[in-house]
Amino acid sequence: MTHALPSSQPTAARPKPAEFLAFAVLAALLAVAPLAIYPFFLATALCFALFAAAFNLLVGYSGLLSFGHALFFGGAAYVAAQAAKVWAWPPELALIAATAFAGALGLGVGALSIRRQGIYFSMITLALAQMGYFLALQAPLTHGEDGIQGVPRGKLLGLLPLSDDRAMYYFVLALFLAGLLAIHRIVHSPFGAALKAIRENESRAISLGYSVDAYKRVAFGLSAALAGLAGGAKALVTQSATLTDMHWTMSGEVILMVLLGGMGTMTGPVIGAIFVMAIPEVLNRIGGPNFSQWMTVIQGAIFVICVLAFRRGLIGELAARARRTL
Amino acid sequence: MTVYALETSGLTKQFAGFTAVSDVGLRVRRHTIHGLIGPNGAGKSTCFNLLTKFLAPTRGTILYEGADISRAGPAEVARMGLARSFQISAVFPHLTALENVRAALQRRRGESFDFWRSDRILKRYDADARALMAEVGLTGWEETLAGEMPYGRKRALELATTLALAPKMLLLDEPLAGLGQEDVGRIAALIKRAAEGRTVLMVEHNLNVVASLCDVITVLTRGKILAEGDYAAVSANPAVQQAYLGEMAEPAHV
Ligand SMILES: Nc1ncnc2c1ncn2[C@@H]1O[C@H](COP(=O)(O)OP(=O)(O)OP(=O)(O)O)[C@@H](O)[C@H]1O
Ligand SMILES: [Mg+2]
Repeated sequence: MTHALPSSQPTAARPKPAEFLAFAVLAALLAVAPLAIYPFFLATALCFALFAAAFNLLVGYSGLLSFGHALFFGGAAYVAAQAAKVWAWPPELALIAATAFAGALGLGVGALSIRRQGIYFSMITLALAQMGYFLALQAPLTHGEDGIQGVPRGKLLGLLPLSDDRAMYYFVLALFLAGLLAIHRIVHSPFGAALKAIRENESRAISLGYSVDAYKRVAFGLSAALAGLAGGAKALVTQSATLTDMHWTMSGEVILMVLLGGMGTMTGPVIGAIFVMAIPEVLNRIGGPNFSQWMTVIQGAIFVICVLAFRRGLIGELAARARRTL
Repeated sequence: MTVYALETSGLTKQFAGFTAVSDVGLRVRRHTIHGLIGPNGAGKSTCFNLLTKFLAPTRGTILYEGADISRAGPAEVARMGLARSFQISAVFPHLTALENVRAALQRRRGESFDFWRSDRILKRYDADARALMAEVGLTGWEETLAGEMPYGRKRALELATTLALAPKMLLLDEPLAGLGQEDVGRIAALIKRAAEGRTVLMVEHNLNVVASLCDVITVLTRGKILAEGDYAAVSANPAVQQAYLGEMAEPAHV
């Protein structure tokens, strides 16, 4: 019905072909990566990359800085571990349970925190995540400091055993790519369009009749669900669920990953996550064990330099430069 | 059914002890253009924010089309057909002009939480969005980012976006502020056209425009209603002249 005037060019706000190209290159690189790098390390890194991408959906595309996302990542890891180990569920069901759990939790946390703005919003998410942490520390189900260990990876769909690291990696890669595509779809959906309008000018969106809190709640739930998928996958990869993934430093780390890579870009958080994961590995290689005491200092210095040099993050800066030279 | 589109009684707003709007009983007749004027800081914008529920009143009631909206939320009254613009032009700066108008159309045709569908389906609103833009003289600006448009065009875009809601009543807060002379004439004409078949309540400092557009004028000073009537009556009122210190001009035509 609207063929009369085709829009002449893609709008400046959406360089879609470049995005798909970046996605294809990333997928291809990751597909061959196990030739050069340990699949176990890669699989773990991809879990964090998906976590960062999920977090970016909230902070980058909805403008909500949650400081409690470890709750969803770590909490879902416990659910997946419990399902796979104690209830002997197959991996796909364990992951669905982890995702659903985190999504539902996210809707609840979102409902409580979204009534407040800015730093107060962040503080409520942090406080709720800390409550989750202490619950995980105390509850018998989660086994305190020990966590849940020896989680079986099981057989995917009852057919493919995931005990081999390589098989596990490709399964995680598939999950990761599906997660990225899901995020891409969410961002470029009617819902995403509304979300963007809300982030651009909230009062204007309200005056147009948008129930902005409901949109933010849904965005929070979706982001939490995907973070939960990442956490569940990590539990299967590492065959454990521990307090570390629930700790507030994990919430901080994911913020760092997204800032480093580039907030509000598709591939930025992924690059940021891989970068954060790779630094300790590389430093270990170079310096050996006696280097490790300096690790945090060197890591910190690298982060500071990166954030100062690339204000928009690695990918954000790259994209901005590419646009300028076009 | 009442003859008033909007009716307030005892409307009061206090900010930490300071009374910005005090016991205002405002009645806006359906299908009229009603002007709300007054010196800076008189409480006009606060009044607007109360009427559109962006602020909660300290006291008083607001009836819109006979329905009590004293406790409704801002998005809710917008969905009831009470649409507003802002004193500072409000657009979505990083969306194109067309996407700005589409944002309103998308909401009006049912809020969509469809996060699993492609946003290509939003193209179904393009024809209507273009038509609305054409009505305010924005043909050719469709693909421009709203933030990069000149101020006068932004105001026109804001009007097109507001009209996309097909509102029953328009509340315009200083729609002509900051515009150049030729833009003033154009936007005033647009408002006059938009007012056909609707009720308009507008705050405006440009008294020439107020004189030529408004059927009824309410003068607000220090949060209180000082006078009400048509332009001739209001401008002849000594109390109003006092408040405006000779600012009132002869009625002129735009
Ligand atoms: N959020 C607030 N907190 C405290 N005081 C406020 C607040 N908003 C407005 N005021 C005060 O209320 C009074 C009325 O302000 P308002 O913006 O409604 O005036 P106005 O008539 O719209 O003025 P102008 O013509 O300059 O736009 C002013 O004295 C202002 O300082
Ligand atoms: Mg004002």
